[in-house]
Amino acid sequence: MTSKLKLDNLSNKENTNFLYIYQETLALTKRLFLQLARRPSTLVAGILQPLIWLLLFGALFSNAPKGLLPGGMDYGNFLGAGVIVFTAFSGALNAGLPIMFDREFGFLNRLLVAPLETRSSIVFSSVIYITTISILQSLAIMGTAFFLGYGWPGPSGLALVLFTLLLLVFSVTALSLGLAFALPGHIELIAVIFVVNLPLLFASTALAPLAFMPNWLCWIASLNPLTLAIEPIRSAYQGNLDLNVVILNAPYGGLTGFNCLAILVVITFTLFLIIRPLLNRKLA
Amino acid sequence: MPIIEVADLKKSYGSVSALDGLEMKVPKGSLFGLLGPNGAGKTTFIRIICTLLSPDSGKVVVNGVNALSNPKFVRSNVGYVAQEVALDKILTGRELLTLQSDLYHLTSSKRMERIDFLIDRLEMSEWIDRRCGTYSGGMRRRIDLSAGLLHQPDLLILDEPTVGLDFESRKIIWKLLSELKGEGKTILLSSHYLEEVEALSDQIAIIDKGRVIANGTIDQLKKELGGESITLKVKEFSNENEALKVKNIISTVKGVSDIVVNSYQGYSLNFLVDNENVLEDISLELKKADKSVYAISKRKPSLDDIYLHATGRTLMDAEMDVLSTRDIKLERKKAMK
Repeated sequence: MTSKLKLDNLSNKENTNFLYIYQETLALTKRLFLQLARRPSTLVAGILQPLIWLLLFGALFSNAPKGLLPGGMDYGNFLGAGVIVFTAFSGALNAGLPIMFDREFGFLNRLLVAPLETRSSIVFSSVIYITTISILQSLAIMGTAFFLGYGWPGPSGLALVLFTLLLLVFSVTALSLGLAFALPGHIELIAVIFVVNLPLLFASTALAPLAFMPNWLCWIASLNPLTLAIEPIRSAYQGNLDLNVVILNAPYGGLTGFNCLAILVVITFTLFLIIRPLLNRKLA
Repeated sequence: MPIIEVADLKKSYGSVSALDGLEMKVPKGSLFGLLGPNGAGKTTFIRIICTLLSPDSGKVVVNGVNALSNPKFVRSNVGYVAQEVALDKILTGRELLTLQSDLYHLTSSKRMERIDFLIDRLEMSEWIDRRCGTYSGGMRRRIDLSAGLLHQPDLLILDEPTVGLDFESRKIIWKLLSELKGEGKTILLSSHYLEEVEALSDQIAIIDKGRVIANGTIDQLKKELGGESITLKVKEFSNENEALKVKNIISTVKGVSDIVVNSYQGYSLNFLVDNENVLEDISLELKKADKSVYAISKRKPSLDDIYLHATGRTLMDAEMDVLSTRDIKLERKKAMK
């Protein structure tokens, strides 16, 4: 009886081996980057698309009357922050696709029959990969915006921009990974990405300020996480790094830079808490 | 001690029962063949042993350890070669094996040694640095087999290992399996090809409708069957009606058992006889009914006869039967993690 009990509780006695977690996460991340190096089209498209936004949209309103935008900004300057955030956002929204394909082709089963120290390694590697890609794409856009004369936030401003982007990328990646396990196949996942992507962009302050919008859209836009990421970045681009200044006059009250970031942190944690049980169930 | 011991294993997908109280013991060091038509429950059983699926109920012990509460122990002791090979077509074979060895936590020196060893043993050196997307079925299977063997598991599980493979690959894989057995490893092999199971296995279990209906060594099962296996035709091309009539006639003869009408061989009749004298009685009865024997052949019972005896139908019939009632693709989709 004793020996039977011992056998039943084998796993409880094991301690987590962090070196193993490192080894498996590194290997899985390496696979994703190898895929990217040999099939760079998604990376290229991910940079080209926002560049086209920046060039075309920037030009579209370049002759708009001066002083139309808050603080007398010209449209290119205004648009920069929106395109940077949108780039990171759409990159992160695709985070679930590789996992979905692994599920469909059965490659995930190969990972699941291996004695992974923790199956969270599969999620870790995706988060590391997507975060790196999204940040790289955003930096490329920031560089281009600089050359187009739309400004540069400076070192402390850059830190604020990157921090904001990280929060957004983490939350959207969590959402996308959750969907990758919850939805039946890649068709459905792509459909969701399609439906979510552009409406969230239009219902944010990426392309126009709240002052241009009807009241109902103001409400949606100021609850939209994209807006909460765009406004601190836009304000950093204007040289305002003080997080206590109100930067968004939402219908429900003025939001400071600090408020925006705090709400993003809460959204990120909430999303991770929501998808955790789902991932645990799927990867159990 | 058996390396796998399962008792009263049950698993259903919705209203379809895949395993219905399966009981099995796989002895350590054996090359164990799991035989049954598509959809009999072989893959479900294997997926449960590999910790990919949880059973609805039942006991699963692998290498003396409760597999349901210690999945990680099982995973590090089992090598699994799945039915449908999933390779990352962008990676080369060597990169895939390197990835796999990290997932099994091999040290870097051990990894090199194992990968080189397996490349050599499965004769993969010519194409190992090419991308997996360019591999033929046989190459993919060999890569997958080496991935399953990297961590030197005590138990290797192969689901339909040589279905549709080229002769060269099949030869190499069969040879490796026999060698592994010689090294004291246990190999569990599922197949719906009698030839494969007969050539490789020393013990078999026949699964039908989610239960084990016969098990033992092939010799033992043949001996149990006894007598001889007969194939009889009253015409070169008979029809179902006539075959059934003849079946009725010979079923009255003493010493005849397991009569099956084989629609795939011009409605010939397959059956077992206790001894050769029974054949004379059969001719006599047929003559009485104004029928004559067009062709008759006898042989020692084969694995096919064992299957027939255990299930009352040929493997081919069982397969057709199952395929018409089950949506295997849908079940696989449902089993997707």
